[in-house]
Formats: sequence, structure tokens, C-alpha cells
Amino acid sequence: MIIDLGLTDYEQAYRAQLEFVARRKLGEIEDTLLITEHNPVFTIGRTGSKESLLVDEKVLAQKGIKVLSVDRGGDITFHGPGQLVAYPIIDLKASLCDLHRYLRYLEEAVILFLKRYSVAAGRITGKTGVWVQGRKIASLGIGASGWVTYHGLSININVDLSFFAMIYPCGMKSVETISLNRILGKNVAMDEAKRIFVAYFQKVFNLGDICYRDRRKTQVA
Amino acid sequence: MTDVKLPVLAEGVNKATVAYWHKSVGDAVKEGEDLVELVTDKATFNMPSPASGVLKEVLISEGAEVSVGQLLARIE
Repeated sequence: MIIDLGLTDYEQAYRAQLEFVARRKLGEIEDTLLITEHNPVFTIGRTGSKESLLVDEKVLAQKGIKVLSVDRGGDITFHGPGQLVAYPIIDLKASLCDLHRYLRYLEEAVILFLKRYSVAAGRITGKTGVWVQGRKIASLGIGASGWVTYHGLSININVDLSFFAMIYPCGMKSVETISLNRILGKNVAMDEAKRIFVAYFQKVFNLGDICYRDRRKTQVA
Repeated sequence: MTDVKLPVLAEGVNKATVAYWHKSVGDAVKEGEDLVELVTDKATFNMPSPASGVLKEVLISEGAEVSVGQLLARIE
């Protein structure tokens, strides 16, 4: 099942994930892919620290931008409108009990998605994520409760890249980020991007028939 | 007494870091409930408790690295 949450606050989508994880563990639902775009937010994963944040948190607070510590793998990242965020709630036990192979599968879905836009993207060994000519276009950070996954990935589609100048993305000082619209020289329709990504995600993870439920304009949790 | 050991989280990965204990020594735990959060690369894994009972002993503290098969805790 695929559910588009529309534009969400990070915490709102996080609560939705936990709810879906609990239901997946009870066997009440099938594997599910949550899609969203977030209001601007910085999140720091389990292996990161605020040292990777280069601006004063107070300045961000004045703009209504939060800095949250979250329970996914990885360091700091930014989420904002124009970024396609995907949170797969998948029971890996049914297919593979391997967190790293799962990360590689997520990367594969992103690589195939970008190929559709004639963008050649790939992996860099030891640096989880998807890269285009050495620049990062998609970030990954996952969590699992038992073998049921949450958190996931974000792909920079039309996102304002200036936010990434406020951090060392993933805690790496030399990382340059890039977005799909910057590469193509024009904005990309988000709805179309979502549909295309979902199709490749299905292909990689074999989630069965697409049941695309659009939750935008409806209340979540 | 049930031993809680580090499972294989990914092929070729024999270490993980203990990030967070959801339970403290003396707490009651239920089988299947999140017991300890482990981190490897960009992934965190909330390991379910293998048994119901009381958490008797925690052998690895938060922030420490463990190897596959290593004893993390004991439940009685």
C-alpha cells in the first residue's frame, strides 16, 4: 500500500510511522510506503551531533525551523518542501534480514528513478546515499523495530539547497549536495516525481499492486 | 535465564554499537518488546526482547561496540 501524506511536519509523519510500524508488527497491514514532503526541519540521527549544524539554533527558531534529534541511523540532514521523502514500513523478515542490503535496495530505487530523468546516479562505497558526479542527491537513514522498517530516504527534487549550506550534511565536511531541478535546469513536477518513484520502488521491493491513497488535505493521526 | 546476544544485522557486518537501552535492570520486559537499540552505519535496529521476564543484567553500556554473538543482557 502506498500512502501520500502530502506536506507534513516531521513529528506528525514520525507519529504516523510509529503507528504503521505497530500495526505492521501485529499483521494488521501489509508492507506500506509512506510518501511526504516536510516543512523545513533539521534532523540529527543517532551517530550525529549538533557540531554538524553551522548556524545558531536561535536564528532557525525565529524562522520556525526546528532541530530535532531522531532515532534513525546517520548524522544531520535537512528536509524541506521540494524534497521527496519516503518512509517504507516493510517487514524485512519476510524477504531479507539484512539492514545493509535493505539500504542498497533503497539506493537502487532512487538510481532507477533518476535514470528515468536521464540522470546517471550511483553509489559511493562506504558512503550510504545516492550521488551524481560526486554530489549527493539522496540521503538515507533507517530504523527498524524488530525487522519492521521505518525512517527511510529523501531525494532532492526542487528543494532549496541553501539550507544544506547550514550543515555538514551527514557530518561530512566536504559533501556537496545537488537537486534534480538544478541538474535538469528546470523544476520537476512533484506529483509526477512521486508517481515515478513509487513505480520503481514497487519494482525493487515487489510490494504487489499499487493502491495509491492520497491523504493530502486530510488529517493524519 | 535467557541470554540476549547480538544478532547478525547485515551480511559481512560483525559489529554494532549499543545506542540506547529501552529498559533498565529490574524492569519487566515482554517478549517482542523493543529492548535495546543498536546502530550500524545508517541503520538503527530496535532489538525485540527474546523472552518475557525481568531484565536481570545489562553487560554492555550505551555507546559501546559489540560483536555478533556477544552477550548483551540476561533476562530471568
